[in-house]
Amino acid sequence: MTLRSLGAAVLAPAASVAAALLFGALLILAIGESPLVVAEVCAKGVFGTAEGLATILFSATGLMCTGLSVAFAYRAGLFNIGAEGQVLVGAFVATLVALALPAAPALVLVPLCVVAAAIGGAFWGAIPGFLRARLGVHEVINTIMLNFLASALTGYLVVHVLREPGEMIPQTPAIPLAAHLPRLGEWTPLPAQSPANAALLVALAAALALAWILARTPFGFRVRALGLGERAARTAGLPVGATIVGAMAVAGAVAGLAGANEVLGFRYRFLDNFTGGIGFLGIAVALLGRARPGGVVIAALLFGALNAASLEIDLFTDVPREIGFVVQAAILLFVVAGDHVLRRRLAAGREG
Amino acid sequence: MDLDLFVSALRLAAPLLFAALGGVLSERSGVVNIALEGKLLAGAFAAAVVTHATGNPILGILGAAAGGALVGLLHATFCVLFRGEQIVVGVALNLLVLGVTQFAMRVLYGSSANTPTFPTRGFDVALVAAALVAVPVIHLLLARTRFGLRLHATGEHPEAVESLGVDPIRTRFAAVVLAGAVAGLGGAFLALSASQFVKNMSAGRGYLALAAVIFGKWRPLGAAAACLFFGIAEAVQIRLQGQGVPTQFVQMIPWILTMVALAGFVGRSRPPKALGVPYTGEK
Amino acid sequence: MTAPGGSGAALVVRGLTKRYPRVLALDSVDWEVRAGEVHALVGENGAGKSTLARIVYGAAAPDGGTLELFGAPYAPRGPRDAVAAGVGLVHQHFMLVDTLTVWQNAVLGREPSRGGWIDGARARRELAEISRRFGLTLDPDARVADLSVGERQRLEIVKVLMRGARLLILDEPTAVLAPAEAEAMYATVGRLAAEGATVIVVTHRLAEVRRHADRATVLRRGAKIDTVDAKATDERELARLVVGRDPAPPRARAAREPGPVVLAVRDAREVRVGGTSRLRGVSLDVRAGEIVGIAGVEGNGQRELMEIVAGLVPFTGDVEIGGESVHRASPRAIRRLGVAHVPEDRLGAGVIPAMNVAENLLLGHEERFARAGTFDRGAIAAHARERIEAFDVRPADPDLALETLSGGNQQKVVLARETEDGPRLLLAAHPTRGVDVGAAESVHAALLAFRDAGGAVLLVSADLSEVRALADRVLVIYDGAIAAEYPRAEADEERLGLAMTGGRA
Repeated sequence: MTLRSLGAAVLAPAASVAAALLFGALLILAIGESPLVVAEVCAKGVFGTAEGLATILFSATGLMCTGLSVAFAYRAGLFNIGAEGQVLVGAFVATLVALALPAAPALVLVPLCVVAAAIGGAFWGAIPGFLRARLGVHEVINTIMLNFLASALTGYLVVHVLREPGEMIPQTPAIPLAAHLPRLGEWTPLPAQSPANAALLVALAAALALAWILARTPFGFRVRALGLGERAARTAGLPVGATIVGAMAVAGAVAGLAGANEVLGFRYRFLDNFTGGIGFLGIAVALLGRARPGGVVIAALLFGALNAASLEIDLFTDVPREIGFVVQAAILLFVVAGDHVLRRRLAAGREG
Repeated sequence: MDLDLFVSALRLAAPLLFAALGGVLSERSGVVNIALEGKLLAGAFAAAVVTHATGNPILGILGAAAGGALVGLLHATFCVLFRGEQIVVGVALNLLVLGVTQFAMRVLYGSSANTPTFPTRGFDVALVAAALVAVPVIHLLLARTRFGLRLHATGEHPEAVESLGVDPIRTRFAAVVLAGAVAGLGGAFLALSASQFVKNMSAGRGYLALAAVIFGKWRPLGAAAACLFFGIAEAVQIRLQGQGVPTQFVQMIPWILTMVALAGFVGRSRPPKALGVPYTGEK
Repeated sequence: MTAPGGSGAALVVRGLTKRYPRVLALDSVDWEVRAGEVHALVGENGAGKSTLARIVYGAAAPDGGTLELFGAPYAPRGPRDAVAAGVGLVHQHFMLVDTLTVWQNAVLGREPSRGGWIDGARARRELAEISRRFGLTLDPDARVADLSVGERQRLEIVKVLMRGARLLILDEPTAVLAPAEAEAMYATVGRLAAEGATVIVVTHRLAEVRRHADRATVLRRGAKIDTVDAKATDERELARLVVGRDPAPPRARAAREPGPVVLAVRDAREVRVGGTSRLRGVSLDVRAGEIVGIAGVEGNGQRELMEIVAGLVPFTGDVEIGGESVHRASPRAIRRLGVAHVPEDRLGAGVIPAMNVAENLLLGHEERFARAGTFDRGAIAAHARERIEAFDVRPADPDLALETLSGGNQQKVVLARETEDGPRLLLAAHPTRGVDVGAAESVHAALLAFRDAGGAVLLVSADLSEVRALADRVLVIYDGAIAAEYPRAEADEERLGLAMTGGRA
């Protein structure tokens, strides 16, 4: 690895995180609290306990999925702003399958539901891919529109078709026990009641699979070629349209896994509009991780730690817990600024 | 259509109108405006804080414009000066405003869900009127003034503008900040009509406004028509609520229409030529 | 000759030098343009014409030398200074906003206004006045998108005049014009000069120089060759000055009977949405075992022709490859018929600069190296080493990012990739552009070897000596159609140069 690529891959993201943390510290100072005290609380509560670790892992699981989703599309030169909708559709399809097969054994039902989540997300992701490949419509607006469509569509189904009778909150009935992903606490020292579940392993496997696809398969090669030089890829006779649709489908599938994490691993039912911005935060995770699967895993863990820290901050300090969210958004903004600085450095280096 | 429904549609369209007009300004200059959502939200928050503190909705409205402009300033700095990926910057700003408003609410009022209520004194109605007036004003600004002409040209062909001695970067910067101020007024309506600020009260209206911009073919009058249509759709949807009709389908209409329009099935919808391309100056 | 700086000189340039990272664009050029004359600046691509024009317009800064404008020292720091000093440039690629009207484009940047509003009436008046004075009729309220190319050019000239230009530089003004439009354009130029303006016309087209210019200055490889009286110099002589003597005799080569037709193009023109086609119906054949060279000034339809055959743009007419019609075929389908493509824009379409050499060699062949869906990395590495050695790519490291290679070695990578799988037709566009002499030699050798092995080659090049060195037959393309065809023996530079510039042999 050259010094230059080291800077791009590690130093710039690290600097962005540092700048965002500094920004958070200034915000804490501005409201008359002590950043040092907050840091100490976080360090003790998040990194010092099994509960803290479990919270990080659960929160990182979903972000890993949406981050990988955005990252994979990005490697193909595509912007997937639609992970939010893909999560919803994936989660809903997984719920449907689980509810439809109440008597199936866990060994069958769990993998089936996980695959269903992936397929649901893949379908929702392939739509903007198809529109891009066939009609040349930029995927950004379509993925945004599809987020709202997914929300309205699943909302309708959950309110009018699959609503649990007698419930005020729009949600489906609980899925059968055989569809539950096991909690990590069942066979690790993590606390048994923590929501961290086997979806984490699925997400890590997805990261490995994506890394393998990108590095070792013709499809992954085409994805990278498309992202780095669409015109050259087209000229060289690569199947550009199919690669675009494929890349968006894979991106959607991975996002759908975040739905499995929520439904099969934590809530055990589909709640109307449960995603809470996980798809958008996935963009931050993907860019911070430099759109590489390994980087995304690390970035997701960092974002998970920030979420866990928010809970500690809420419990033990007078600082609003939204500080964590603010820092996450600032990281994304600083990653963009960092790219600008890096570009100028490179340009200066070339001239000199 | 009965009068109640019409009034309700206008009220629902008002925030969309401001945001969409802001969107037209920014996109016509060549800067993608995913950040409308954040600008609306920042405007709403600023309006609530100022009105609550001073008891004066007029100051609140000015505050909303300033709040939106502040987000516009960040947007312009990262997109136009730093030439950042415009879509990423937009998403980042939306997240940032969402977080900062909740953070600030907690600090100021001890709750991250909503602010205390304040008297509106009918200024929400004034804002509806202002939104309707803003449509021809922005139209004339674009069509008949120096700034408008240069803004339009910058979004189409920044090199041509530069070759005539006009700085495309300054033009874009100004357009994006102004877009923030205008969109912020939409936020003021949200806060004043609810007599308080509620967390994430823009609730996707910024994205809906962006859809209106596209649906209206990047023109103020077209975007305004789309906003009014979306307003009517939402009013109908609210009317149907509780009558057993699935309102979600009405809700979906704007989204589906926008996708259909983009796919080229509803006439030709051509974005400004240089939209989304950061200007790097003559090479 | 008038004394430098005297009242007779509009522009005096002394010792002007401009260096770019890999090339000396201008080498100590001395040049004088007289006030009120029409002065042609001629030369091949890369001769330095554009650089010189850009420096005068303030769009590039010289590395050495001085300028004088109308007798005063002149050192513009940007186009704004140039405009203020009375210099106007009409760009080759129009700087017009399609969605605005004629008058809006004309006043953009210096809009007359009243009470904050643009004074459209005054703008139209100013436009009408310039139009009348110089005979440049335009509908002020037409949208630019609806104008013909000739009208757009007129508008560009009007724009410059409205800004008070006394020295106008027209960069390749007729490159995109039909002959009748070009005539009208030169009538305007004559009128400008009669009104006291000085006009510099940068052009390739020698036929126009004699007819419309007073004097002509020839540049070659960044150096000024001569300034001649345009009326007293015939086209052949001018062509010789532009091209220079042929440096080396064409390389020896085996004579070869061409085989069956591999590529047949009939009356092809590209389909352009919302615009006129560049091609006006091209027909040609390329046979197995022959190199057909397309000579021509750039922008006469070469690019469009190659893109049609490669499947990159839709077209009307017919293209057959090996007897199979390829209407609406994708680049992928066309490649399956045995077509290889060395595209004109190497960095944009030929290679992926951020990928490494081995990956660039893999483009389009990736499926062959997969076993059970997974890349056989050993095979990929061995393949890369083999191709690198066969084409002498330097440095011989498959893991280097392609962008770190020199232009010549990048092109060797493209050729190494494209000649795999035994294609029967090779499309080569400007294969040695930006390539150093040594690498150009090996590119030429590779093309000839391919031909000797029975391959068909369609070669497009702006470099006449390259076309002559390689081609068995030379077709001259002019204004979107094949204007002339010469067998190898008859394709001398004078003939080609003349046909390329719209003259008749």
